[in-house]
Amino acid sequence: MKSLRNYLDKIKPHFEKGGKFEKFESTFEAFETFMFVPDTVTKKGTHVRDSIDMKRTMAIVVFALVPTVLFGMWNVGLQHFNATGQEGTLFELFWFGFLRVFPIIVVSYAVGLGIEFAFAQYRGHEVNEGFLVSGILIPLVLPVDVPLWMVAVATAFAVVIGKEVFGGTGMNILNPALTARAFLFFAYPSYMSGNEVWTHGMMNGEGIIDSYSGATPLAEAAAGNIDKLPSIQEMFIGTIPGSIGETSTIAILIGAAILLFTGIGSARIMISTFIGGLVMGLLLNIFAVNPFMEIPAWEHLLLGGFAFGAVFMATDPVSAAQTPKGKIIYGFLIGFLAILIRVINPAYPEGVMLAILLMNVFAPLIDHYVIEANIKKRLKRAKVKA
Amino acid sequence: MSKVIKIKKGLNIKILGNAEKIIKKADQSEFYAVKPSDFTGIRPKLVVKVGDKVKAGSPLFFDKFQPKVQFTSPVSGEVVEINRGERRAILEVVVKADTTIEYEEFNVGNPKDLSREEIIETLQKSGLWPTIRQRPYSTIANAEDKPKAIFISAFDSAPLAPDMDYVVKDCVDCFQKGIDVLSKLTEGKIHLNLNADYPPAETYTKAKGVQLNYFTGPHPSGNVGIQINKIDPINKGDIVWYTYPQEIVSIGRLFMEGKYDATKIVALTGSEVKNPKYFKILGGASIKNMVENNVNDGQLRYISGNILTGSKIDKDGYVGYYDNQITVIPEGKYHEFFGWATPGFKKYTASRALLSWLIPGRKYRLDTNMHGGNRAYVMTGEYEKVFPMDIYPVQLIKAIMVEDIDKMEQLGIYEVDEEDFALCEYVCTSKTEVQSIIRSGLDLMRKEMS
Repeated sequence: MKSLRNYLDKIKPHFEKGGKFEKFESTFEAFETFMFVPDTVTKKGTHVRDSIDMKRTMAIVVFALVPTVLFGMWNVGLQHFNATGQEGTLFELFWFGFLRVFPIIVVSYAVGLGIEFAFAQYRGHEVNEGFLVSGILIPLVLPVDVPLWMVAVATAFAVVIGKEVFGGTGMNILNPALTARAFLFFAYPSYMSGNEVWTHGMMNGEGIIDSYSGATPLAEAAAGNIDKLPSIQEMFIGTIPGSIGETSTIAILIGAAILLFTGIGSARIMISTFIGGLVMGLLLNIFAVNPFMEIPAWEHLLLGGFAFGAVFMATDPVSAAQTPKGKIIYGFLIGFLAILIRVINPAYPEGVMLAILLMNVFAPLIDHYVIEANIKKRLKRAKVKA
Repeated sequence: MSKVIKIKKGLNIKILGNAEKIIKKADQSEFYAVKPSDFTGIRPKLVVKVGDKVKAGSPLFFDKFQPKVQFTSPVSGEVVEINRGERRAILEVVVKADTTIEYEEFNVGNPKDLSREEIIETLQKSGLWPTIRQRPYSTIANAEDKPKAIFISAFDSAPLAPDMDYVVKDCVDCFQKGIDVLSKLTEGKIHLNLNADYPPAETYTKAKGVQLNYFTGPHPSGNVGIQINKIDPINKGDIVWYTYPQEIVSIGRLFMEGKYDATKIVALTGSEVKNPKYFKILGGASIKNMVENNVNDGQLRYISGNILTGSKIDKDGYVGYYDNQITVIPEGKYHEFFGWATPGFKKYTASRALLSWLIPGRKYRLDTNMHGGNRAYVMTGEYEKVFPMDIYPVQLIKAIMVEDIDKMEQLGIYEVDEEDFALCEYVCTSKTEVQSIIRSGLDLMRKEMS
């Protein structure tokens, strides 16, 4: 470690102002601080600082996503093998999925981080760690057969239009990963919806056995084929077609537990999102006129990307509401609207993405009213006294 | 016992180095200093020059904005140094002490027979007026104001803070005399705020002319700003005064003995102190005698005050005017290899993002490393966990950053002080300098309102 440190100290002057490579100052700083926590000490204010920083925070979120990533890779293999009527060992299935999913992750990180580094350098900022999470979220919400160039285009769109134009990490209005997905959803719908996109190889139709439909449970439900829904157990474990990371409720719940235990994910948002979904589900049950509306409310929470959205997307602190009360309202409305869009709107069976993006836009408004209430309370107190 | 006010939000930082409850009389220090930087918002005008002889209680400088407020020498001796910083701002007025201290005589009497004006005049002349400060802004009280109440926080909840019950246990009479003086200054109540977690010292419970309030909960429950917020919050236009127990004892002693006796007890704390104990010193003393041969090797940071709000001093620096504590912790100038990825069994954090939560009872040797770089605001809800007022901390900070006076006022800037945000600064993953932002907001507000 020492020799590496010495080497970094030796080359550091070249990257500082006036050095040969001053254009790469942010890049150097990013790599240096990635390997070594800087030796800066407190100057004013508190003399000690908490041991966690942005890197640690983001690392925890990535860590919480690991179960969904691993399960997603295995499930890609499973769905393909099911579709082609093959049998395979656990490792074969995983390796098959790994080879399909890993390139998507690489492309997402390479494109996103490349743009982040360029912008950081252009602005003379340090590179923010936010994309470490977005970079893994983007692959997880995409179908496995999405072409890599589309991943690149969507990531670039999300980072530039979704984030950098607003001022970079911490300033964005919309969740970058969902911005990428929404971009693909509307730009290339044939690659993002239908029954063929969720299983590798199905779009080309090679060797797919006839009995395999490839439809996601949500699509079946939307079509009214309630009898074709997989068992609750299958939906909970996640051995069903869907976006790479969204299928396994149990893997998502492990991630949720990590986020909640460490205090990094907002419990207010997560829980209120689930409650919102349940409430809408119950309302639909009461007024049910078709089979989709009759699905038990709690089953909705297992379908589609609801759990994934509630745990990993809605809780993005930058695009969510920021006040404690606001978070509850924000989460509740996401759950409420997600199920409403899902069931009532025939064009988009997946309502979670749109519900979260919509509430991202409304989050500042929710906060505004929460804060206004606080201001009014203070004014009232002053008047009573006077 | 009256109602106990429970503070739920907050944090007790688990740091090593609590002072043992033994009061040692420190050898008399050779040098003493009064530091204008201890006093918010004053502009010092010197009345002495190097070589002048002074007595304990003789003025060293006064405030240009409140010329009657004198800042006096804690000892008799010779002014040996006037240290200046940037733009010739006065940093320290250093006095070399005589071996036996001579005191200025002040005409005092029983405070009950004196008028408010006479009391104020005595306090201002003796150099004890600055012990009384006001909210909003935390500046020295303006004698022309009529405060709606006076608040005294009689316990300190900050990390490694001295036990303020222990410190005043032998000063029952002086404390009562001090309270008598304060009661002449306000027509409102005098709130004496105690810790409900243990039986408080009789000095406090037997005090007459005060209202006792009890608090329980983690730091910042001992911050006077939090207590004011819970008991009788400040509205626009309100002024409340506040002071602390040892200061009241000094005031009491002035009115009993007619001299400025700056004696106080400070706790020498921190993981790097070999024998953390209490010391009886005179205010403004150099810490040299206390820390020499009493600290571990290595690069150290000496702090007058606590780790959250104290000020950095040299190893022969001087105890601040308001400080009851000296903390010595290690400097953190080192690189940590993949520090953000390690399990972190041995690192302390307020969250549970490191595995050190597995060992709940442990206390830590905390250093001054930043543990990360400065970033944009990303996380939310962090400040709210350690900020027990009904105020939105992040939104207030943002209003200050954009200098939106109206918003600052609406969001409650009058009720807060830097120290109330110290924990927010501590927990911040973006490593924002919250306290200095709050200070700049308060300064801006004070300029706007005057």
